[in-house]
Amino acid sequence: MYPSEAGTKTAVSLHRGRLARSVLRVKAALKLIWAYRLSYAFIAPFLVCFVAFILVPVVLAILLSFTYFNGLQPPRWIGWQNFLYLLSQDLIFLKYALPNTIKFALIVGPGGYAASFLLAWLISQLPNYARTLYALAFYTPSLTAGIAMTVVWLPLLTGDRIGYLNSFLLSIGAIEKPVLWVTSQKYLMGSMIAVTLWSSMGVGFLAQLAGVLNVNRELYEAGRIDGIKSRLQEIWYITIPSMKPQMLFSAVMAIVGTFKAGEIGQQLSGTFPTPQYAGHVLMSHIADYGEIRFEMGYASAISVFLLVLMYLSNKLGWKLFGSRGDE
Amino acid sequence: MMAATAHNRFTRLLASVRLRRKSRLNRVDGFQKFLYVLLTLLGLFMILPLIYIFNHALKPYQELFVYPPRIFVQEPTLQNFTELFIVTSSSVVPVTRYLFNSIVTTGLAVLLVTIISAMCAYPLSKHKFPGHRFLFATILLTLMFAPETVGIPRYLVVSKLGIMNSYWGHLLPLLAAPVSVFMMKQFVDQVPNELLEAAKMDGAREFTVFYKIVIPMIMPAVATVAILTFQSAWGNLETSRLFMQDESMKTFPFFLSTLTNGLANTVARQGAAAAAAVILFLPNFIIFLFFQRKVIATMAHSGIK
Repeated sequence: MYPSEAGTKTAVSLHRGRLARSVLRVKAALKLIWAYRLSYAFIAPFLVCFVAFILVPVVLAILLSFTYFNGLQPPRWIGWQNFLYLLSQDLIFLKYALPNTIKFALIVGPGGYAASFLLAWLISQLPNYARTLYALAFYTPSLTAGIAMTVVWLPLLTGDRIGYLNSFLLSIGAIEKPVLWVTSQKYLMGSMIAVTLWSSMGVGFLAQLAGVLNVNRELYEAGRIDGIKSRLQEIWYITIPSMKPQMLFSAVMAIVGTFKAGEIGQQLSGTFPTPQYAGHVLMSHIADYGEIRFEMGYASAISVFLLVLMYLSNKLGWKLFGSRGDE
Repeated sequence: MMAATAHNRFTRLLASVRLRRKSRLNRVDGFQKFLYVLLTLLGLFMILPLIYIFNHALKPYQELFVYPPRIFVQEPTLQNFTELFIVTSSSVVPVTRYLFNSIVTTGLAVLLVTIISAMCAYPLSKHKFPGHRFLFATILLTLMFAPETVGIPRYLVVSKLGIMNSYWGHLLPLLAAPVSVFMMKQFVDQVPNELLEAAKMDGAREFTVFYKIVIPMIMPAVATVAILTFQSAWGNLETSRLFMQDESMKTFPFFLSTLTNGLANTVARQGAAAAAAVILFLPNFIIFLFFQRKVIATMAHSGIK
């Protein structure tokens, strides 16, 4: 027997042994899965919808973003071209959609978030019955989200002197002639931000309120003994660290809500695209290409870009408020 | 004698009431007084547009466009509501049809989302089946994405499934609600394992454990998910806009958006739009009012650890 032959023989038997072991392992895994079949049956209905309407669309969007697809002919693979065009030649995207989105997101996101934390903390300092009343007052506007919000605000912001805001400002002499709050390029973005902020005390605000209320009272007493002097120090050293999980949940909600707000400018101004693209954000750009020009491959590329933007912002949120494993 | 003791008791009661009131007054320190003023002003500012829309919906024509504009209605009338229902009843699709579609889809969505999310949350939290970590990580990840951003692929999926222009097209996309599963899961985590094991010792099947123990214990989360689902389904514009070409399958918020198209420039139907906005807002508000305590209790456990 040649050594090499012996070598192959042992290799074969080794291989066989490995095969047998991996077969055993697969069998064990299957057995384990079978043992949990009831658990899988429980999660199945959600899982099916989740895969069909969230997972598959996200994967499809990523795939389509590398193609030319007009909805009629089958998609044609064009590599990175969509992204190259988006980031180097799409003037409306570079001049309006992206800066508008960033401006809107920076003010509404962190601004609304800080406001909801501040309000939640202020309310928590009140006795029980008053607390409920105020929480309700701040939360209620978010119930009008969507189209109803537009109806609420439009007559207030109408551009002629019948508009409530114009009439009020005219009567106190702050302005000399009516301002086109929602139809002029200059003011549309400001109106969008104000209206969105007004309705932003939603789920995230409630989560933060619950978080503040849930902080262990004894911690404050302990803190006082340890030399905490002001309420500001209390917030910084006790309140925020003990409600980090709620802060994170609320941050995620704020980020997602901010980036997906796209129709507000269109609904307020009543035109699409908005006057001189003043309220054109990424979501409107997606709608423009996807629903009007039927360039679905390109629209998918924009939505992938938006998803990446959302993901990066969320990463920042996790960095700020995420708790490490040992906490 | 009796009268004397009664009198005694009465004075003691009075004294205690006075004492308690005094101590309560003492607790309202300067900071809190300042807070009350600040929050009241802010709260009024927040509610003002809502007060106004209610008044607007009740205004007769001549008051809608009066100059200078008044917030409060002088002669309330239901004229706008009648216009909304009667004038549009002669058009191709009457408003009651949109309303009916909205009620059906919202009702079904609330029922199914709560059931499906609870069913998914229970094993996710309590059974260590292979892949539960991965599934939860995926759900956490998709919390960060709004499905609205991928409207086009969603459109393709819906059209491939052949559920365009049907109630399924409204309903099924709403059932994929990672936020609901997440909130329920955080709540199921609070249910003690010993309780579930004891029930299983006594011979209860998984479904009985789920139905008889888990569900009653996570009732606040169930209520919260139901409310949030109601809000999103009741105001849902996306499915009507993208997945329904048949006008008679669209929902009430869509109808409202057709009313408001160009509202910035024109005055037509402003009263009807205000009335419709009130119809859209009121159910949300009433339901939240009833369950607000449960909602806040759930939110305490909503943190991402």
